[in-house]
Amino acid sequence: MTAPETHKSAAEKAGPGNRAADFGIDTTARTTGEAIRGYLRGLRNGELGSLPALLGLAALFVLFTILDSGGTFPSLLNLANLLQQGAGRTIIAMGLVFVLLTGEIDLAAGTASGLAAALMALHLVSGGNMLGAMGGFVFAVLIVAMLVAAALAIWVRVWAGAVVSVLTAAILLVGVPANPWIEMLLAVGVGVVVGCLTGFLVARVGMPSFVVTLALFITWQGVILQLIGDGGTLGLRDPVINAVANGNLSTVGSWVLFVVAAGGYAAVKLLQQRARLHKGLVAQPTGLVLIKVGAVVVLGAVATFLLTQDRSPGVIAISGIPYVVPIVLVLLVLGTYVLDRTRFGRHVYAVGGNREAARRAGIDVVRIRAAVFVISSAFAAIGAIVYSSKVGSVSPAAGGGNTLLFAVGAAVIGGTSLFGGRGRVSNAVIGGAVLATVENGLGLLKQPAAVVFIITGLVLLLAAGVDVLSRRKSAAAGR
Amino acid sequence: MSEPILQLRSVSKSFGAVQVLHDVDLTVRAGEVTALVGDNGAGKSTLVKCVAGIHPIDGGEILFDGDPVALHSPSDASRLGIEVVYQDLALADNLDIVQNMFLGRERGRPWLLDEADMEQAARRTLASLSVRTVTSVRTPVASLSGGQRQTVAIAKAVLWDSRVVLLDEPTAALGVAQTRQVLDLVRRLAEQGIGVVLISHNMADVFEVADRIATLYLGRMVAEVPTRDVTHGQVVELITAGRSGDLGLARPEGVVGQ
Repeated sequence: MTAPETHKSAAEKAGPGNRAADFGIDTTARTTGEAIRGYLRGLRNGELGSLPALLGLAALFVLFTILDSGGTFPSLLNLANLLQQGAGRTIIAMGLVFVLLTGEIDLAAGTASGLAAALMALHLVSGGNMLGAMGGFVFAVLIVAMLVAAALAIWVRVWAGAVVSVLTAAILLVGVPANPWIEMLLAVGVGVVVGCLTGFLVARVGMPSFVVTLALFITWQGVILQLIGDGGTLGLRDPVINAVANGNLSTVGSWVLFVVAAGGYAAVKLLQQRARLHKGLVAQPTGLVLIKVGAVVVLGAVATFLLTQDRSPGVIAISGIPYVVPIVLVLLVLGTYVLDRTRFGRHVYAVGGNREAARRAGIDVVRIRAAVFVISSAFAAIGAIVYSSKVGSVSPAAGGGNTLLFAVGAAVIGGTSLFGGRGRVSNAVIGGAVLATVENGLGLLKQPAAVVFIITGLVLLLAAGVDVLSRRKSAAAGR
Repeated sequence: MSEPILQLRSVSKSFGAVQVLHDVDLTVRAGEVTALVGDNGAGKSTLVKCVAGIHPIDGGEILFDGDPVALHSPSDASRLGIEVVYQDLALADNLDIVQNMFLGRERGRPWLLDEADMEQAARRTLASLSVRTVTSVRTPVASLSGGQRQTVAIAKAVLWDSRVVLLDEPTAALGVAQTRQVLDLVRRLAEQGIGVVLISHNMADVFEVADRIATLYLGRMVAEVPTRDVTHGQVVELITAGRSGDLGLARPEGVVGQ
């Protein structure tokens, strides 16, 4: 092993006999074999990450393919449908990861998404005339709540939250006519408003997030009921909104997506690897990186090829990658980038790992804790757009029921810790895929809802158990 | 003997009616380890917090490089190059060594951190302190031993071109071999020209690394003497009784001559 040039000066300063090559710290590049042994050691010490979920997903696929004698489960139509079914709640889970990373919980993410969906639908149905649709009093309360949220966001220094809250209020006040893109913006804006309120109560007032979000969970459910009316539904009759969860890319578009996504992934990984090796930094073995990149490119190509085939059982052809795939991918890349490469992301991990250390390091802990709730609610609203689009309407039950539990479960099953500090946005995607597969597969096996609920619950329990055990093992290995 | 970097002159501090520090003088010199000893409640922690800018002082003055300075907040202290390593270390377990060392002061743009620069700087700092016990700077702190954590916490304080480093009981929770490593590290800090203040209850540690010993007794600085001029027993007497022979507090009038 050779010592990088940069170390010489510092090492020489430290005194004779301390050449850089002497330092144990110089283990930057390892061979693939060493890396795999290191990984296995990490596994034994409880650093499981997404591995149990990935293995579980593979096992579920094999299991359902064998059990479903009709052959519906492994059919292309069903697999594409599975992606569309799970996407909405998976997106909610991706936002929840931010909250879970700080060691908090957002129980209101489900009904907050329902609220965003309800206001979006109401705006669309009323043609932008919200005042007429909900009455003067409710409208006034809503606008005041949005402006209060903006003020509270300024108080906790979440500037983006304040700007979006004011813009959302402005859209309602001006009475912008209905337009699918405006509706989606409005939904995200509502999510941000909700997040500002939650974040302020948790981070500034210092109430436990469990209590705040439990109270808001019930509150938003009431607001949704007030807006839609008991037993009512609001139809989302708009081709653009309808296409979000039901539409597909064209064949050419699908391959363009593949080239951009897989090529982008490969380019980023390989350039990063070259830069790290070049600068003498800690890097993974090149062989392992090549295997990973190769696997992603091959799997992506196979999936793209399959999804561009006609999967319709009828006469009208259905083909192409569903729109939800690029939507989830963009959010995944964005969330991963923010957590891994930005100062904000680093501070989110620090607050989750040791809040006191973060405070002493000069991190604005209040702002970080408030901001994660804004992100969570905004993601929840995007999830609401997707699941409402899938159903084609918004009912008072939107976002209620087990939406939230599914989202928390997805994040935890994927390997995000409920104790804070550990997790990635990709965990939510993998966990979401597991839960969607369970639901879809059991449904096809004609299992009653009771069985689906029980098994989903047990899977979640298992994941939480793995989290606790791995945490205990890594704590034991730490000292 | 080098120039004093940090000097405290008649520093007093009260919390309400309780006066914790009475006219305390202390001098910290570059390249020297000054041990600060005293029994529980003698005011060591308060003194450190005054220097760190956490508690404002009520009376007296603090001189840095010979100029009076006002320390109103921890950021005032760190701007001058005063860093404190607290007993509980304040490291985030889930972050790796580099991330911890740069926590709150990350390099690069807020929207794109410069990981390469941070990793190289962290390795240079650890190398300059001859730290050999860590296999990789990308190891999460959770998997480090107590001594390694202490090393990271100290290296974090050195990273910022510090002039004065205050260490609060750095060896309190460590085993023999790990104590050895940390004491070596303390010596190397001084060799690099940093003024080191070591708070410790362990006399063996103090006599091994300190150049000077400053003893606090009930909020008063009773002695500030070169280590070679005192014995183990004398320091213990200073800590427990406030005086030892000619050192320390004057004997009460009535006792003299008995």
